[in-house]
Amino acid sequence: MSSREQILASVAKNQPIPVALPEIPIFSSEKSDLVEKFTTVAVGIGSKVFRVNSLKEAKQILLKEHKASKRIISTFPQFSDVAEVSIVPSTDPHTMEDVDLAILEAHLGVAENSALWVTEELLPMRVTPFICQHLALVVSPKAILPLMHHAYEQIGMKDYGFGVFIAGPSKTADIEQSLVLGAHGPRTLTIFLLEEQ
Amino acid sequence: MSELKDHAALAENFNADELRVNWHDETLWFIRQKRDRSAHAIPDWELLRETASQIKHNVLSNLSEYLEQFEANAKANGVIVHWAVDAREHNQIVHGILKKHGVKEMVKSKSMLTEECHLNDYLAENGIEVIDSDLGERIVQLAKEPPSHIVLPSIHKKKEEVGELFHKHLGTAPGVSDPQVLTETARQHLREKFLTRRAALTGVNFAIAETGEFVVCTNEGNADMGAHLADVHIASMGIEKLIPQRKHLGVFLRLLARSATGQPITTYSSHFKKPRKGHEMHLVLVDNGRSIHLGREDFRNSLKCIRCGACMNTCPVYRRSGGHSYHNAVAGPIGAILAPNFDMKKAADLPFASTLCGSCSNVCPVKIDIHNQLYKWRQVIVQEGYADSKKTLGMKAMTQTFASPATFRLAGKAGRWFMRNVPLAVSNKLNPWYKQREMPVPPKESFGEWYRKNRK
Ligand code: SF4
Repeated sequence: MSSREQILASVAKNQPIPVALPEIPIFSSEKSDLVEKFTTVAVGIGSKVFRVNSLKEAKQILLKEHKASKRIISTFPQFSDVAEVSIVPSTDPHTMEDVDLAILEAHLGVAENSALWVTEELLPMRVTPFICQHLALVVSPKAILPLMHHAYEQIGMKDYGFGVFIAGPSKTADIEQSLVLGAHGPRTLTIFLLEEQ
Repeated sequence: MSELKDHAALAENFNADELRVNWHDETLWFIRQKRDRSAHAIPDWELLRETASQIKHNVLSNLSEYLEQFEANAKANGVIVHWAVDAREHNQIVHGILKKHGVKEMVKSKSMLTEECHLNDYLAENGIEVIDSDLGERIVQLAKEPPSHIVLPSIHKKKEEVGELFHKHLGTAPGVSDPQVLTETARQHLREKFLTRRAALTGVNFAIAETGEFVVCTNEGNADMGAHLADVHIASMGIEKLIPQRKHLGVFLRLLARSATGQPITTYSSHFKKPRKGHEMHLVLVDNGRSIHLGREDFRNSLKCIRCGACMNTCPVYRRSGGHSYHNAVAGPIGAILAPNFDMKKAADLPFASTLCGSCSNVCPVKIDIHNQLYKWRQVIVQEGYADSKKTLGMKAMTQTFASPATFRLAGKAGRWFMRNVPLAVSNKLNPWYKQREMPVPPKESFGEWYRKNRK
């Protein structure tokens, strides 16, 4: 008997009588302004949040905040004057090693925890939002949803190779519980809530 | 062979340095308080816990079906699925994959399962170097120690000790103990590893039967740095990590980080579904005693565990005895109910390392009846003849006492009188829980007496 068969047989023999899967109840969510809630939580965990009316405005803010950035990459063609905007997916991910700033798009955000949902199709390559020194994510304020349940409702059965919720800059508190931002991933996260024109 | 030290003896070592114990205790209590604030901010917290518990109940009762469904979907996604009956087979599978690719060095993100399987040692014996990439895990790896906590592996280490380790192994200046500086050093050191390792192993927090994807949660981003840079990604998971549908992640991701550290969510919740083009993604499904555990009616609920660590942070015994005193990969209350399933003799002392106060069950996000299971394990262990004599005596007396309410009332009364009048006699060597502690002042009357008097 293969290990697979052995495990499945043992599990089948020992599992209790089937219990029905519960419905996910409708959970109560914040009545207050979603964008406000999102912003408060995001700032609370170390992100910076800006409401902007155009990518141009976002660019001005970023160039001021990240003056020292040498290598910038983005998926927005509007950044082509300051960033590499056409990285092909077949690029060796190791070449992203020296990226100072990456400016990418998120599908949606979640007010209760300020997490932003990004899938592979919005990334030059999977490693980008992790390997860059600083990360900026652009999302529409209309795409801010109250709870994680709403986010998964929206995501539904969509296919992707890789997807990630990102909430704040990378961090650790493994040395005596002192919070340090910038563990292995980005040291900062800047979020732009871009009003659609 | 010399007798291995049990929890009480190991706890005694830990208790030798009182200031350190106090510090450990307070640090964990601080995390527990953060968890409380975070949980209380959610009006439906209890409903969320109940839902999670019920989903897990459904998972356990249909596990074989979900495993097959998951395997089929993962395969369709291009993931290579392996099955390991035990730790040895798991280690052999991982080694086999690495050998096939000629890999001699691997980065690993946090995986308690690989601790359980002693993967690092096995690979080292086979000439493969593993670098743990979670900062806490790297710290204990450099110290040649196992993690002392499932979420906070180096919670028992002082920053000065980390500084010493980094000075010795990573070349920081002597005496440096600033967490900021030390973390930056680790960042640089590990970045080089991420960039040069061709294989990465990660754990799995949740695997979704419906889609064949799996989710890994970290704050540091180390799982992603490893997996997206390597040619080969290996993910190891216990078979109980399954959940039925993607939407159930909404429930579990809301609970996990809040219970663990009080954060609203971990920085990264990465959903791995398909390998990168031209690269390999392996998934190892590990049983290692879990399917047998599933058959123990009184104890199977412990397989619902999502490894948040809340029961450890809240446990008065864990906080004051440290993770290493549990001599098991998973420490604390949950470790004490999982371990006897694998090796009842070796873990016979663990269910006794508890005051049965029930705080663990109160904070558990999937509502495992941890303290009841601790109590039940004690009886099984005594019945099977694995308990040491001191505990057996106490147990028998306790069982008799609880079995009869009249004796219970009397025993309580006598106990209170005894404690008020001869406290030092109770705080003696025969009573392992009163070492290094003064007994609390007993109340003049019990709640029962007070209630009877005040009930109109
Ligand atoms: S038993 Fe419950 S509280 Fe303890 S680690 Fe598991 S899920 Fe968390």
